[in-house]
Amino acid sequence: MAFNYKPYIREDKFPNIWCPGCGIGILMKAIIRAVHKMGWKREDVALVSGIGCTSRMPGYVNFNTLHTTHGRALAFATGIKHARPDKHVIVVSGDGDALAIGGNHFIHACRRNIDITLIVLNNMIYGMTGGQVSPTTPAGYRASTMPYGNVEPNFDTVNLAIGAGATYVARSTVNNPALMERQIKEGLQNKGFSVIEVVSNCHIQFGRRNKMGDQLVLRHWIKEREVPLRKAKDMSPEELEGKFVIGTFVKKTRPEYTEEYAKMVERVKGASK
Amino acid sequence: MAKPKKKFRIEVNEEWCKGCVICVDVCPTNVLDMKDMLSKWEGMVVYVKDIDKCIGCDLCELSCPDFAIEVYEVPQEEEAQSG
Amino acid sequence: MAKRLEVMSGNEAVARAAIAAGCRFYAGYPITPSSEIAEKMAELLPKVDGKFIQMEDEIASMAAATGASLAGLKSMTATSGPGFSLKQENLGFASMVEAPVVIVDVMRGGPSTGLPTFPAQGDVMQAIWGTHGDHAVVVLTPGTLEEVYLETVRAFNIAEKLRTPVVLLLDEIIGHMTGDVMIPDDSELEIIDRPKPTVPPEEYLPYDDSYGDVPPMGSYFEYPFHTTGLHHDKTGFPTTNPVKCGALIERMLRKVFGNREWLEKNVEHYTEDAEILVFAFGSTGLAAEVAVKWAREQGIKAGLLRPLTLWPFPEKRVYDLAEKAKAVVVAEMNLGMMIREVERAVRGVTPVYGVLKANGQPIEPPEILAKIKEVA
Ligand SMILES: Cc1ncc(C[n+]2csc(CCOP(=O)(O)OP(=O)(O)O)c2C)c(N)n1
Ligand code: SF4
Ligand SMILES: [Mg+2]
Repeated sequence: MAFNYKPYIREDKFPNIWCPGCGIGILMKAIIRAVHKMGWKREDVALVSGIGCTSRMPGYVNFNTLHTTHGRALAFATGIKHARPDKHVIVVSGDGDALAIGGNHFIHACRRNIDITLIVLNNMIYGMTGGQVSPTTPAGYRASTMPYGNVEPNFDTVNLAIGAGATYVARSTVNNPALMERQIKEGLQNKGFSVIEVVSNCHIQFGRRNKMGDQLVLRHWIKEREVPLRKAKDMSPEELEGKFVIGTFVKKTRPEYTEEYAKMVERVKGASK
Repeated sequence: MAKPKKKFRIEVNEEWCKGCVICVDVCPTNVLDMKDMLSKWEGMVVYVKDIDKCIGCDLCELSCPDFAIEVYEVPQEEEAQSG
Repeated sequence: MAKRLEVMSGNEAVARAAIAAGCRFYAGYPITPSSEIAEKMAELLPKVDGKFIQMEDEIASMAAATGASLAGLKSMTATSGPGFSLKQENLGFASMVEAPVVIVDVMRGGPSTGLPTFPAQGDVMQAIWGTHGDHAVVVLTPGTLEEVYLETVRAFNIAEKLRTPVVLLLDEIIGHMTGDVMIPDDSELEIIDRPKPTVPPEEYLPYDDSYGDVPPMGSYFEYPFHTTGLHHDKTGFPTTNPVKCGALIERMLRKVFGNREWLEKNVEHYTEDAEILVFAFGSTGLAAEVAVKWAREQGIKAGLLRPLTLWPFPEKRVYDLAEKAKAVVVAEMNLGMMIREVERAVRGVTPVYGVLKANGQPIEPPEILAKIKEVA
């Protein structure tokens, strides 16, 4: 009920630059609510992004905000978190940002299990640069650089994160803002690397090329493909083809990078005394 | 005696509303609708058509990408006094 | 206070000096001939509560070092040519957001994988111009081991004072050369920290040029602010206003070039009456010292200008000395990079000759002496 976003946003920067109906704003609000529920002070939170439509988010929220280079947000964030493990670091990234140019940083952040929460807004396209194919564009769908339909298979963000070792992995879509918020909060609570994928609508760059130029049409298209995880468990791979399975896939504990580093420092200093 | 039905109030920030229609689409009880506003990008903004139907599910607020719509519960006493 | 004599390599001297200068964050990716810097930092940083991390590549290393710098730590990364190429985009980012970072490049033969274990000086242009867009970096080129130590400290001081990336350019010979180094006591070192804001966090503007060309720098979490690689105004938020965009880039260049005098540092030998002026830096500069001395012994009035600050380029000093000389000899382990800069500074008043080599072998004193004799 009427959540007060005011303390968390930079009102003078509004209205935001995103196209009418773009899901990025919905995600931004979910992040704010999740941080609020954590009870964190806004000055203790850093929001880091790369380049893309999604990556414009840090300009609007009142945290420590860093808009970096394309694909590198996690690497900058790793520097910040390693320097200040007592603070909270969140990264938002587009699908191209996180999984194409930033793919290497993605898997290594998962492997290190550094206490950062990464939220990948997967709109299945390069939004900002005009609709080029991304690692998550579904096969057969058009992009400006796949004018005859995408011939490449795509990445499954969730499986990639699980394989690389993330300790919290979840997926939601723009149609489920409350679930999105809950997953982000769980990601923030996880002492380790968390990956939350949010499937979103870029009706302008993805939609228009695929007869879904209306935000509602594309949102419904996403909704029709949503399958809750518990239902997906009884479905065959063929049945799950082209679906968005939503839910929490992994929630586990594993030694966290900055804690392990701190222990090592204690050991080294103890030994040299 | 039956519990009095909860009442709600919806506020729209026309300045920030981009007329994307998502709130109208997600509202399960048809509370909202669009009205023309030619100065806007999409030529329209949302308005509250029928507040009495509002069940306070918050979906419009949660789904608005532009921080342009807020749902408030109207406290019961206030309601009682005015009614 | 006491100085200590210790045996170490150039790479180790970099690491030891970085710690002395207050460096508390290192991110890197191994590459010959720079890896010993990372190894030493991995050993030393935990002992001083500092943070080391081996990242997944050089791009990430440059990014992590910049992130840590914004979070308040003095930070460094080290690499060699191929890795330096990878760092360039984020080096430009550090320039743009005015984050102090020291980047060490221990040069080896290139391009590409080139000659990984042999020296070269072919990265000078990359150091100066490597990233895209108008920007200004500072490039330091120490020669002796003692200089490596002191110039590393100076690299941090410059980075912090000017809020800018500083490139410490060594070559394989310097990185690996091992010998006695006179280490000054920490108390003798001048250590400069970044200018700190004096206003409360609510009033802080990260790029407030009313303080001069170097705005005070708050750290994240103490002074929450917005940072972007986009052109921005004093608030840190993006702008496309041509006046503000122009002023930003001009100020960033002025920060470096406007401080030329303070930044300039040269080692000179026999330059008072030099008729043959030799210009050389890094390990080639050490060979040139020997060559110039031999020339003097043979009655040739040769002198040496060996810049420790290669960029901003010591144009005035080069011109003044060249004007009095009858020839200028530039020795460098590449096929002609800084020689162009020397020619530009000399403006045709004196002929400029090169001793240029890019085959993995160092330039030896006899080669430089031969050129001195030839043009004398
Ligand atoms: C090094 C580099 N390469 C390419 C670009 C151009 N570029 C900007 S955003 C982008 C893709 C954005 O797609 P995505 O990450 O999915 O974000 P979205 O805009 O869809 O939110 C590209 C290729 C760049 N800015 N930097
Ligand atoms: S181009 Fe696509 S992703 Fe970018 S703001 Fe518009 S709808 Fe959103
Ligand atoms: Mg995208």
